Amino acid sequence: MNENFEQCLKCTVCTVYCPVVPVNTDFPGPKQAGPDGERYRLKAGLFYDDTLKYCLNCKRCEVACPSGILIGDIIQKAKMKYGPQKTKLRDAMLAETDFMGSVATVFAPIANPVLAARPVKAVMDSVLKIDHRRTFPKYSGQKFVTWFRKNMAAGQEKYPKKAVYFHGCYVNYNYPALGKDLVAVMNALGYGISLIDGEKCCGTALIANAMGKRALRQARHNVKAIESASDAGRLPVISTSSTCSFTIRDEYPHVLGVDNGKIRENVSLAVKFIYSLVENGEVKLVFKPGYRSKVAYHAPCHMEKLGWNIFSEELLKMIPGLDLTVLDSNCCGIAGTYGFKKENYEKSQAIGKPLFDQIGKVAPDFIACDCETCKWQLEMSTPYKVKNPVTILAEALDLDATAKANNHQ
Amino acid sequence: MKFDVVIIGGGLAGLTCGISLQRKGRRCAIVSAGQSALHFSSGYFDFLDRTADGKAVENPLDAVSALPEGHPYRKIGVEDLERYMGEVKPLFAGCGIELKGDWSRNCYRITPVGGVCPSWLCLGEFTPFTTAQAEVGRNVMVVNIPGYMDFNARFVAAGLEKRGAACRIVDVTVDELSGLRANPSEMRSSNIARLMDSGHVAVRFAEAVRMKLSGEDAVVLPAVFGLKDSSVPQKVAEIIGVRTEYVATMTPSVPGIRTQMRLRAAFERLGGTYILGDTVMPSEIRDGRVVCLSTVNFGNEKLYADAFVLAAGSFFSNGLAASRECVTEPVFGLDVHAADDRSKWGDMDFFKRQEYIGFGVKSDADFHAVKDGVSVSNLYVAGSVAGGYNPIAEGSGAGTAIMSAMSVAEHIISKIG
Ligand SMILES: Cc1cc2nc3c(=O)[nH]c(=O)nc-3n(C[C@H](O)[C@H](O)[C@H](O)COP(=O)(O)OP(=O)(O)OC[C@H]3O[C@@H](n4cnc5c(N)ncnc54)[C@H](O)[C@@H]3O)c2cc1C
Ligand code: SF4
Ligand code: SF4
Repeated sequence: MNENFEQCLKCTVCTVYCPVVPVNTDFPGPKQAGPDGERYRLKAGLFYDDTLKYCLNCKRCEVACPSGILIGDIIQKAKMKYGPQKTKLRDAMLAETDFMGSVATVFAPIANPVLAARPVKAVMDSVLKIDHRRTFPKYSGQKFVTWFRKNMAAGQEKYPKKAVYFHGCYVNYNYPALGKDLVAVMNALGYGISLIDGEKCCGTALIANAMGKRALRQARHNVKAIESASDAGRLPVISTSSTCSFTIRDEYPHVLGVDNGKIRENVSLAVKFIYSLVENGEVKLVFKPGYRSKVAYHAPCHMEKLGWNIFSEELLKMIPGLDLTVLDSNCCGIAGTYGFKKENYEKSQAIGKPLFDQIGKVAPDFIACDCETCKWQLEMSTPYKVKNPVTILAEALDLDATAKANNHQ
Repeated sequence: MKFDVVIIGGGLAGLTCGISLQRKGRRCAIVSAGQSALHFSSGYFDFLDRTADGKAVENPLDAVSALPEGHPYRKIGVEDLERYMGEVKPLFAGCGIELKGDWSRNCYRITPVGGVCPSWLCLGEFTPFTTAQAEVGRNVMVVNIPGYMDFNARFVAAGLEKRGAACRIVDVTVDELSGLRANPSEMRSSNIARLMDSGHVAVRFAEAVRMKLSGEDAVVLPAVFGLKDSSVPQKVAEIIGVRTEYVATMTPSVPGIRTQMRLRAAFERLGGTYILGDTVMPSEIRDGRVVCLSTVNFGNEKLYADAFVLAAGSFFSNGLAASRECVTEPVFGLDVHAADDRSKWGDMDFFKRQEYIGFGVKSDADFHAVKDGVSVSNLYVAGSVAGGYNPIAEGSGAGTAIMSAMSVAEHIISKIG
């Protein structure tokens, strides 16, 4: 890997694979925005180009680059260093996932209909420039953490092995069901789950919205919290969101300069962790006999950057009766908070169109995907439900038989 | 994770090898750090363009015996080479890639600067010219797309005129391209081609070209058509209505990207696993064998296989690394052909034969990699990472990549079953 823009060969390969370039001619493209622009910005920050805000931080350019230049990182850092230092209220609201989540959870019965109501959407659209065509993720009435502490925490000691779960904002505020599935599957495999005291949002949205100081504070906090929850990196730390894992592992050191050396190797995704356990013969999976489903798997951009989509695919292939189609590599267009912004809505949908079209052709029972914002986008833009591979696993496994096969209860 | 074969590098060599193996039912994974040299392809596959003293080769097979021993073609031998050469067009056709030309003899191509060069087979939109005259027409209209800097119509026209054609350079554009012009750094071949792929833009462009014709019997266009849809260049030619020739552009190469995408898709359709954006880390050879590979992204999870293929490309793709003192192969530290005397690496005259281009990994007669003078029993080398030849001086890049890959696939099947 090479952050050094001097190593850029000027081959323009990155430009070929950037999803923004074909839909937004205002965006200078990865080569110009990244290594080429950096050369000028180092001379004088006033060469900063505001159109860098159109970068999705999807990292597709980095995956394609033959020289391993961290193009996306260069762009994110430039946005934080040279970009406008005042954050718009709208961007801040979208980025502050913890604050927004906590408030909305309390008021979930009100917040959901309110966020869905037309007049509210009109205000958000015109005042805040959050596009009115977006459906908002629903907020759950009870936080995952509250549910876990009340119902599950006490029973986790009895399992022979331990793993730490980084649930992320989405599981905590919007979709605790995924966290419940994770706990059920891991328990069946003989792993007791613990949470991270004081876990904060990984900060991906803060990075994307160039709120560098807040992101930095949160990253430092999380690294400390994960260090202590994982016994200084001795316990595995798993998550169910490709973006959370990616941010903690790679954005912390590369973009924010936060040293995560003690924990990086231990921070993984549940799918990769479970795949390795099965592959090494440490656990057995027992599936329900009659399970049948037709599934289309979409690899989120950050999953491709992690290089871990193969683990989701291989895990899904282990499920008898599951007919899997791996969709072509294509950004869904939402890129976290990006697609929520009014100025990006149409571009965002244009980026995702080939993907939506292909899903329509496959006509699956549902879509499999490791990312929560992809889920919002795909559920809004196609008629299909999106399930995390962990949820699919929980549905396909005979959990009791799996627990027995792994020698407990 | 266990496969029958793991291939390092997903360019022309790695994919040809992987496709050949998957077709014979072997389970393969390809790990590729980034995109490949196909992104810079001229659209013509070279086999053996020139002899050691720089003469154009007509029948490449006849020239093989004059190559130095240790050259990949000499290792394969004329008999097998002939068989593989005959298999190339059907193999690529099976991947949705049309190759034109007679595999038993060289053709000629028009270079991006208007010259003529020998080559071997070419992708569907190009013409395998049979003479060094490479005649396009008597009166040729060379199309320039305003704002697009990676195609030099003036050079091309000058080249054609030198060979007796009368040329006229004409600017042609359509409204849809004006968006790209707003951002000069993004007026790139792949972006133009993407717009042209949505049928009506190409049709309008072709009509605009036709309208500009005033008696010319041929048109020359930059090869910026058909990124995903390979029928676009043909459709455009039909609308223009006179002979239409495509000439390669500066990078990125639209026909090359299309070829890369189709080879990868074919490999995946056959059940192969293609992992892009991951780098194989320095790996151990123990008791003359490779047991498994580690990659940056896989962490503790290792890639196991019965056989491994190093198809990691040359300096450009980081398959080879050069420091001030020496040339190395970064994954296994294999033995490398290189001049010991640093001053012999390159000629200060950029256009002269550059010895460093001929550097590469040493391999035995069956393409087993060699480390500390000993063959590694289950590690093979294919493509431009292999040494023993100079792909630029002799013009043999794609040919050596494809031939060595096909040969390695056969060796693996005969040895491992
Ligand atoms: C600019 C340029 C233009 C060319 N044009 C032509 C042409 O027009 N016609 C022609 O016949 N030949 C041409 N060639 C020659 C070309 O090299 C060969 O034709 C052929 O494409 C080489 O294929 P390859 O698979 O051996 O290597 P490459 O295409 O270089 O692929 C090697 C791959 O290995 C990957 N890799 C390297 N190290 C690792 C690692 N540690 N882990 C994982 N992956 C790794 C790289 O990322 C890369 O994707 C050209 C070469 C260059 C450089
Ligand atoms: S990170 Fe994504 S959007 Fe940004 S330049 Fe790279 S490819 Fe384009
Ligand atoms: S792909 Fe990498 S080396 Fe090529 S232009 Fe982009 S950043 Fe530079």
